[in-house]
Amino acid sequence: MRLRSLQIILWVAATAAVLAFAAVRWWPATDDTQAAASVFTPAFALADSEGRIRTTDEFRGKFLLVFFGFTSCPDVCPTTLSEVAQVMDDLGSDAGSVQPVFISIDPERDRRLGLADYTKAFHPAILGLAGSEAETQAAAASFKIFYEREADTASQDGYTMAHSPGLYLIGPDGAWLRQFTYGTPAAEILSDLQSRL
Amino acid sequence: MNHFLLAAALTLSAPAAMACETVAIGDLTVEHAWSKATIGAGRPGVFYVEITNTGSTDDALVGIATPAAGMPMLHETVVQDGIASMPHAMSIPVPASQSVQLSPGGYHGMLMGLTTALKEGDSFPVTLTFEKAGEVTVNVDVLSLRAEGPDCADAGQ
Repeated sequence: MRLRSLQIILWVAATAAVLAFAAVRWWPATDDTQAAASVFTPAFALADSEGRIRTTDEFRGKFLLVFFGFTSCPDVCPTTLSEVAQVMDDLGSDAGSVQPVFISIDPERDRRLGLADYTKAFHPAILGLAGSEAETQAAAASFKIFYEREADTASQDGYTMAHSPGLYLIGPDGAWLRQFTYGTPAAEILSDLQSRL
Repeated sequence: MNHFLLAAALTLSAPAAMACETVAIGDLTVEHAWSKATIGAGRPGVFYVEITNTGSTDDALVGIATPAAGMPMLHETVVQDGIASMPHAMSIPVPASQSVQLSPGGYHGMLMGLTTALKEGDSFPVTLTFEKAGEVTVNVDVLSLRAEGPDCADAGQ
């Protein structure tokens, strides 16, 4: 009987350890070190500016550099997209191995304002995607990122978006590799990519 | 009328880099005023500037006005717990003997209701209202969408 109690305790402990390990592995990465330890496969199925559904599957074999944002964002989004554009320019002949993707978290308004005009103004290689509300939420959940619409009378159309401003790197096999936190210089992103190519 | 004012402002603006001008009012100097090109007029533009208070009295930037936009407002980009949000800033403190930058990733003017798209090479006036020093107008250079700031000999010092 005592042995059985011990057995139960050990099983409980083992289960707790497994759960703890899983939690650590699957927790959204808050810094680069943790991100490196995470292994998961984010996915999206979202319409491009021409209404075609684009999925993560079609980009297997390439690195995906993914940013969630909105085109009415005057400060954070242009800064990050400018860095992405710089990285694409500096990759030179390796640029074909990296697909930069801009996923709108404000899809209805962004479709109305014009998604392709916006992404192309930064770099022609950037693919802009704007799905339905549900598809966008699913994509954000799979990347483990947060976004939220906030009512704000001091913003255009009476609302603005709060969002995770990082840049996410997905490997050629579809697995999450790391995030570049907001403000990471283009040169740092470039050298990270070059080390993997 | 707004169109006329803006057209006048754009026509009168000299080709020289306005962003490198320094304008003074009382103990405040205002310099490096710049903006980024926009894609169309439907999305807000942005306004960045550097303000130095050489006096011994705290001041604050409480508002901006421009013929280039119907609804210019002060905002602050805040990244907290990994989430970026952009709350409205009622005022931006300009403490005595300190410099304050409206720059990417921090405080910025958000120019909503643009009269026309902002194009690289254009410039437009922005009037800053300070709590104590009053009003001062600066010329704002529109730089490229990918610009990180004006290229002045003394920038960043």
